[in-house]
Amino acid sequence: MSAEPGRPWPEAPLLFERSRPGRRAGRPPRPDLPEVELPDSLRRARAPRLPEVSEPELVRHFTALADRTFGVDTGFYPLGSCTMKHNPRLHERLAGLPGFRDLHPAQEDDAAQGALELMWRLQEMLAEVAGLPAVTLQPAAGSQGELTGLMLMRAYFADRGEERDTIVIPDTAHGTNPASVTMAGYRLEKVETDARGNLDLEDLRAKVNERTAGLMLTNPSTLGLFDEGIEEVARIFHDAGALLYYDGANLNAVVGISRPGDMGFDIVHYNLHKTFSQPHGGGGPGGGPVAVRESIEPFLPVPRVVREGDGFRLDHDEPKTIGRVRGFAGPFGVFVRSYAFMRAYGPALKEMSEAAVLNANYLLARLKDVYELPYDRLCTHEFVLSARALKKEHGVTALDVAKRLMDYGFHPPTIYFPLVVPEALMIEPTETEPKERLDVFVDAMRAIAREAEESPDVVHDAPHGRPVRRLDEVRAAKSPVVRYLFEDHPVLVEAE
Amino acid sequence: MPAAESYPDELRYHPEHDWARVDGDEATLGITWYAQDSLGELVHFEAPEVGATIAKDGTYGEVESVKAVSDLVSPLSGEVLEVNQKAVDEPEVVNEDPYGDGWLVRIRMSDSSELDGLMDVAAYTAHVEAQ
Amino acid sequence: MSYLSLTDRDREEMLAAIGVSSVAELFEQVPEGVRLGRELDLPPALGEAELARHVEELAEKNVHSGRELSFLGAGMYDHYVPSVVDVVLSRGEFLTAYTPYQPEMSQGVLQAIFEYQTVICELTGMDVSNASGYDGCTVAADACFVARHVSDRRKVVLAETLGPQVRQVVKTYAPGFGLEVVEVPHDNGVTDLARIADAAKDAAAVLFQQPNFLGCLEPAPELAEAASEAGALAIAHVDPMSLGVLEAPGEYGCSLAIGEGQAAGNWPSYGGPHYGFLAAKGDFIRRMPGRIVGETVDLDGRRAYVLTLQTREQHIRREKATSNITTNQTLLALAGLATLSWLGPDGLREVGETCLSLAAYARERVPLEPAFDQLSFKEVAFRTPIPAREVVRRARERGVHPGYVLGRDYEGMDDVLLVAVTEKKTVEDVDRLADVLGEVCS
Repeated sequence: MSAEPGRPWPEAPLLFERSRPGRRAGRPPRPDLPEVELPDSLRRARAPRLPEVSEPELVRHFTALADRTFGVDTGFYPLGSCTMKHNPRLHERLAGLPGFRDLHPAQEDDAAQGALELMWRLQEMLAEVAGLPAVTLQPAAGSQGELTGLMLMRAYFADRGEERDTIVIPDTAHGTNPASVTMAGYRLEKVETDARGNLDLEDLRAKVNERTAGLMLTNPSTLGLFDEGIEEVARIFHDAGALLYYDGANLNAVVGISRPGDMGFDIVHYNLHKTFSQPHGGGGPGGGPVAVRESIEPFLPVPRVVREGDGFRLDHDEPKTIGRVRGFAGPFGVFVRSYAFMRAYGPALKEMSEAAVLNANYLLARLKDVYELPYDRLCTHEFVLSARALKKEHGVTALDVAKRLMDYGFHPPTIYFPLVVPEALMIEPTETEPKERLDVFVDAMRAIAREAEESPDVVHDAPHGRPVRRLDEVRAAKSPVVRYLFEDHPVLVEAE
Repeated sequence: MPAAESYPDELRYHPEHDWARVDGDEATLGITWYAQDSLGELVHFEAPEVGATIAKDGTYGEVESVKAVSDLVSPLSGEVLEVNQKAVDEPEVVNEDPYGDGWLVRIRMSDSSELDGLMDVAAYTAHVEAQ
Repeated sequence: MSYLSLTDRDREEMLAAIGVSSVAELFEQVPEGVRLGRELDLPPALGEAELARHVEELAEKNVHSGRELSFLGAGMYDHYVPSVVDVVLSRGEFLTAYTPYQPEMSQGVLQAIFEYQTVICELTGMDVSNASGYDGCTVAADACFVARHVSDRRKVVLAETLGPQVRQVVKTYAPGFGLEVVEVPHDNGVTDLARIADAAKDAAAVLFQQPNFLGCLEPAPELAEAASEAGALAIAHVDPMSLGVLEAPGEYGCSLAIGEGQAAGNWPSYGGPHYGFLAAKGDFIRRMPGRIVGETVDLDGRRAYVLTLQTREQHIRREKATSNITTNQTLLALAGLATLSWLGPDGLREVGETCLSLAAYARERVPLEPAFDQLSFKEVAFRTPIPAREVVRRARERGVHPGYVLGRDYEGMDDVLLVAVTEKKTVEDVDRLADVLGEVCS
């Protein structure tokens, strides 16, 4: 065996390739009791091929995989719409306290008062941030919050005896919005964005009517722009007897500055993993609480956390509830983290949003002369540039820019979204980055624009310094290999 | 290898970038060069069942690339007689030869008057240029 | 306390570069009428030490499994979480990464998810697993959405012995899917075959749970067969920790296998976050909800991993997506991977044998009548001579939480107590439970 020159990344065999028959790590306790006979039809015939590895090998395995992963802890992660801010480590310590971690969710309410109190206090704080009085913490993530919100609309209108079947969504919406609309059994109506990046009011007026159940809107939008016509938008929907749903994906821009309830929204979801610092965990977990107006409160999912005198309890008895959207009372460990985060800032959460918006505008100001800015306004917490000119002049696409950023030590921004901007680069620095890190990012983005002109191949072929180069995604999709093929071992690495 | 851009004269076109080649009361359907180029290399063709009835302007299947999916819009109404198994097994054939080996389905037309509503090559080329 | 990094001088320089004189100017795009115009009414900020103390005080108010001997189960179980899980959870790269959209930056987490998918396929006898769902309840709704799309039928059948919360979530989702939900009652703790066969006749899917919520082992192969014969998809909700000793659903005719992953590698944590798993036979790969990692090669032919079949997902297929899920439960699923790898095939089987033996011992030793005459895996339901809630109250005064009151969910079961054991319990623990139950029930 020999080291591959210039490749600092050692190979990372799969757990199944590290496996050796008869090797093991854990030895569960075996009480001195007779084995139980099971009928053959129920007893497992063939053992699952779980890895057979020792603990030291297991630890090295996960360490090697962590080394091949880039997190916010590794470096700047300006992934638009994802709010990749610092995740305070205190939160991990707190979520791991035995009083939380080892608390069974079916424990009697009188023996879970601390957990219930934390949830109740979190609800109160979230209600204040949204400007709406009633909160459920239950939804597991933002998209489940969306679906919950749409189910609430359905229940609300059914209760009033109104038949409404359409949800209006802007063309800039996240894909979760239309997907949630379908899952909730609604019909979709799309509305356009005007030249300033606001909802097109003319188009909206033409599409809102007595069949409209509501609007789903992200504000500021996925373009990073606050909708300047939001008051009129709310009027159009409320005049038609419809409701407004606020997708909280971009709430990080406006905490303490403008509240969705004050903007006219009736239902709001928060992304605890974006705005309120639950770590993203390589894809999850998240938290998607929902806040609503008084008129919608009776329909909230059960159980609800309620206060009675000095105590707290789970209330399962709400006759008009839409039901339950996940197990138990929600992802409690996420609540611990977000609660701690909000208590650390207190009213200064406003400063969090101010810093997020300042950081984004600073980056925007320093990049807009080299990358095209389709909507030339001040932005909020994020902004969208276009690599259209680079593509036209030098054949360098948004994808190329993203891949080249990796070589400069940055996670790329979100690309090719929102769909209304060609060759989109959606950049969200968050509030926790220092100015000097923004400056080196600017330097890298400017350097890449120069490279696109002078040595486009370097950009096309990027990344050069990661464990792998660009992937054959066509092959992955055409003949999917989605689990280790024990039978084919050891297939996989193709020679030339 | 992807094919070079072309739009054969003898085909009839639908504005959703689908083509039809008519032979008596039967027609062969596929997607145009423009459609396959917009999608990129195809990785999947979700085909209709043989015997299925399809309607003009309706969806009769889907084609997918890695990052995009497109409904197949039928230019004509009729019954599906045959599905191109080669396009199912090796969807990249649609990129390589969109009007030949990359055809998608063959149908028996139920209303040949629908042909009048389709575009000829001049109209379709103009349509593509306006995109 | 805050986690901000900008100094006053930074701010001045940045405002100058932007060309505005104040941060307030950046917010002029927010119409006057919708600005808050006052400070948020929130409790004052706390420093790290004060905050830690405050939250620790809240945690102290809870009676956790370190403070009483608890036999609570009912869907959340006190299995041992090995210390290798800490290796996964404490690495900042896993903890603070986003969904691996950029594979070159995320090979480690992608490979780990691929390994997780493999482990889930091995446990369940399926061909494809997603990267996780929210929990054991929502994956049931996801499975119904799959069934809704592969079948023309507009009904799903739920065995009543499927977890009550699972059924509630399915019922919350079903109207949006245009599905009717029918429940089939149990007979002496297990699902009645004839009634399932009858209900399945015009159903898209039949969902049952093994071991079931009442603690009994279902005739799972027969249930799956009855569903399949009637043209409905058989979907098994299974306990991952049982699959070292119990047959894999893929081996007895199920099309999908789903379940709550908490028992494998996650602490109870008052109900979350955990992970749900969803696996299926290969035919359903294009109908799967959520992320799936696939293997491929890079430009140099090196093996590599990437999110694949993304055209199923909301960010591409939008209103026609197989699900709206984006954020899932990756980190918790990786804790599951670490746990199952630590156990290995022998360890998992041993956990299963221990559960079976301890449950059988409890059935024998507890001085109460078992409610059902069936085999148990790790839970046994007992009839109590006084209301089970009262039994719980009295036993807890003696430092033992004796289990879950089935009357919370099932009519006519106010006198039924569901006792759960795991490999963490000892013979002495069960003896103590038996003694306390003997005392409080007499």
